[in-house]
Amino acid sequence: MNAPAKIETTLKDWETDQEVRWCPGCGDYAILKAVQRTLPQLGANPANTCFISGIGCSSRFPYYMETYGFHTIHGRAPAFATGAKLANPDLDIWLVTGDGDGLSIGGNHLMHVLRRNVNMQIMLFNNEIYGLTKGQYSPTSREGTRSPSTPLGSVDHPARPAAFALGAGARFVGRGFDVSKNLPDVLKAAHAHQGAAFVEIFQNCIVYNKDVFNDFAAPKGAEDRQLWLENGQPMLFAGGTKGIALDKDNLCLKVVDVEGDDWETAGVIVHDVTNRSIAHMLVELPFGPFPMALGVLYDDPRPSYEVSVAAEREKAIAGKQANLAKLLGTGQTWTVE
Amino acid sequence: MATKAADTPALGASSTQPDAVVVRFAGDSGDGMQLTGGQFTLSTALAGNDLATFPDFPAEIRAPQGTLFGVSAFQINFGSREISTAGDAPDVLVAMNPAALKVNLPSLKPGGLIIADTGEFTKRNLDKAKYASNPLEDGSLDKWQVLAFDISAMTVEAVKPFGLGNKDALRSKNMWTLGLALWMFDRSREPIEQWLKGKFKNKPDIADANIAALNAGHAYGETAELSAPLKQVHMAPVASDPGLYRTITGAEAVSLGLVAGAQLAELPMFFGGYPITPASAILHHLARMKEYGVTTFQAEDEIAAICSAIGASYAGSLGVTSSSGPGIALKGEAMGLGIITELPLVIINSQRGGPSTGLPTKTEQSDLYQAVYGRNGDAPMPVIAASSPADAFECAIEACRIAVEYMTPVMLLTDGYIANAAEPWKVPDPASFKPFPAKFLTEKNGPDDTLLTYKRDEKGARPWIKPGTPGLMHRIGGIEKDSLTGNISYDPANHQLMTDLRKAKVDGIANDVPAQGTCLGEPGAKLAVVGWGSTYGPIHRAVAVAREKGLDVAHVHFRHIWPMPANTGELLRSFDKVLVPEMNTGQFKTVLRDQFLIDAQSYTKTNGLPFYIHELEAAIEEALS
Repeated sequence: MNAPAKIETTLKDWETDQEVRWCPGCGDYAILKAVQRTLPQLGANPANTCFISGIGCSSRFPYYMETYGFHTIHGRAPAFATGAKLANPDLDIWLVTGDGDGLSIGGNHLMHVLRRNVNMQIMLFNNEIYGLTKGQYSPTSREGTRSPSTPLGSVDHPARPAAFALGAGARFVGRGFDVSKNLPDVLKAAHAHQGAAFVEIFQNCIVYNKDVFNDFAAPKGAEDRQLWLENGQPMLFAGGTKGIALDKDNLCLKVVDVEGDDWETAGVIVHDVTNRSIAHMLVELPFGPFPMALGVLYDDPRPSYEVSVAAEREKAIAGKQANLAKLLGTGQTWTVE
Repeated sequence: MATKAADTPALGASSTQPDAVVVRFAGDSGDGMQLTGGQFTLSTALAGNDLATFPDFPAEIRAPQGTLFGVSAFQINFGSREISTAGDAPDVLVAMNPAALKVNLPSLKPGGLIIADTGEFTKRNLDKAKYASNPLEDGSLDKWQVLAFDISAMTVEAVKPFGLGNKDALRSKNMWTLGLALWMFDRSREPIEQWLKGKFKNKPDIADANIAALNAGHAYGETAELSAPLKQVHMAPVASDPGLYRTITGAEAVSLGLVAGAQLAELPMFFGGYPITPASAILHHLARMKEYGVTTFQAEDEIAAICSAIGASYAGSLGVTSSSGPGIALKGEAMGLGIITELPLVIINSQRGGPSTGLPTKTEQSDLYQAVYGRNGDAPMPVIAASSPADAFECAIEACRIAVEYMTPVMLLTDGYIANAAEPWKVPDPASFKPFPAKFLTEKNGPDDTLLTYKRDEKGARPWIKPGTPGLMHRIGGIEKDSLTGNISYDPANHQLMTDLRKAKVDGIANDVPAQGTCLGEPGAKLAVVGWGSTYGPIHRAVAVAREKGLDVAHVHFRHIWPMPANTGELLRSFDKVLVPEMNTGQFKTVLRDQFLIDAQSYTKTNGLPFYIHELEAAIEEALS
């Protein structure tokens, strides 16, 4: 695929005339704006851009983007997107899913689109609840979540979207949250990645799971609770007074104090987005003892599916001519005079 | 055979040459009976006989050796006249072991010939087949003719020069048997030798051993002093239209028809599939046709298979998916999306015995309700059905045409019998097909520079708009849409209108397909035998026989199941009686009654096997009595 020509647009060019129907105050509004802000910066062409979604609050997203859009069925967006991408590899596909859509009913498809590495951006809005069906607990809800379907509290262990993605073979794993000013940068990095780029976006459901991410997303004290990862930079937080180091005895990560600017002495790791082993630790980092790892956790491209399919096709058809008459008459034939 | 089992003297019992013969090869599922049958079919076709085949094999790939449930069989009916079914009862049964004999003996014609491998009639194998004594020796086969000799030992002897171990040597038994069969019917071994050389290109020793076994079997027939039953039979070629012929299975025909259909629509084809018996063969065939603009995708499940195909259609390819009943059930929700978004899609259902896993390798027509009615909401979808392996080619093209011209999913029904069975096919000239090029919208189509994504043409189809087209950005999805703009609409009147429009579009296809006629007999007959799908062969033959006896009966066979051709009601009402034989509990009968308020009567069967001609003859006589 050739790099498409960049074109100039403004945020307005990406807005549709459709009335946005999320609840007032929903985190989805902020994500929508972040995406609409990001696309002009990428020089993206609306006619070549396609948003494909499943079912759920997040999946209404395509209706609000002045691009091509396909609101499909519950959990299956990755399959539609894979077919569309194979049919037209030049399309710039953004997949929009949620924690229920992508990890419950659609877990299988999400796994396979990541494993195959189909070139697209996958945004999973994680609000840890089923919003559109009125508040049941979801596969990412924390243990003990009280909901209409779990009045005594949920007992099952939540899935971790970023860990799931990496485990499925994702070559790009990013994380952000709805109102973060850094979200466009994460989306830009995802877009630059050739292959399936998975971005978990924590999203505040103000009706059914209000402020559930406040422990790290609230502006107050954010520095201490957010670890923004940057390739080639030390993993520092809390204004540079703390960092993440490797506990070599236990083969895990640990929080260390940094004296002055001397993070090297403290053993703080320099983030290497291509280090898959560290990425596995970052996606599993428990919040509480550790800050929330955000930004680009992992980014190490390898050939994407549609490129490999096209290459195989080119090889297979080299020197062959499509001749329907000949095809129909293949095999062992006989002629009746 | 075309007539009742008892009417025709079995092979060898009469000095006259028969005009058709039914042979069944039966053995262990590891004995290579399907290969033997396939190669015998090829030699039969090359000899210019008409033919029909019926592969009948267990679901297990390698069932325990020698067991009754591990028996695999291949039946072929061939002759110097038109052949319409694989035959009711075999004239010749080749039984490679006691289990194969036991399972297949009940269908053998009285006086028929049994060829058995005594080498396999050991105490152990007799026990496995639950024989108390050896049937070859205890007189229980007296009403048939028996030729029993040690095929195993003779095969081992024949391949000795090639230094194979005993186990490998015995693998060539099927070729020895094929060699004998080729001698019996005066066939050339040459094409089989060529095939073996190709198949074992990298193992010339194995190829040579198999050829030696083939030749040994042939020589045995030629030189051994056999008792009367084994006579050489020469079957004259059947008179056919001049032209190029080949054998074709339904799965091949569907694949080729899809390729032709996509070419006629001037579209690349995307095929999303998931392995399932008996539909997988279509995926296998298409995976090798990349130079025809075919992309195949083995999805992670049945749902992803259809969803990827719809995604491809959305992006401007002709999306196709294929499965069998259980997989079709999983695809139901996505079909609904294809229907409401109005995107072209071809869905092939190679039906098998159900419900649930049912009988995966056996044939049935029991997914008709599922095809016609089996979705949530008012979700009308055209359904067409192939009547034979060769007919599946034209049906696949027709499915593509309707999908593209009407912007709709279309279901093509075949079944396990059609998918696996082979018949001679006159290779058509692609120049004779009428193209139906797909049209894509390239500029706004509404007043005041607006885009109307659901503005319909004279057929009721909406425009196909490829993502990537400048200026035509729009959103579609599963939520009800405004009847013109395609934007989300919850307006009650709009939903009523859209429901009506979707129905009218599909109903209108009734006027865009050939009028329904009879394939035998005339409108107004006392009885119409009405069929669809793979019952064509037995119905056709049974009606022909009844008409020869002077009965006033017609055969009406439907390709277009939903909607049916516009004249269907008028035609069916012209008959005094309507009899609908089906391999289900009466599904098409229900549809006919529902659509036309006629007193259609059922004649049904669900034992996993196609109808026998004599069963239908009896049903016709009963209906007219």
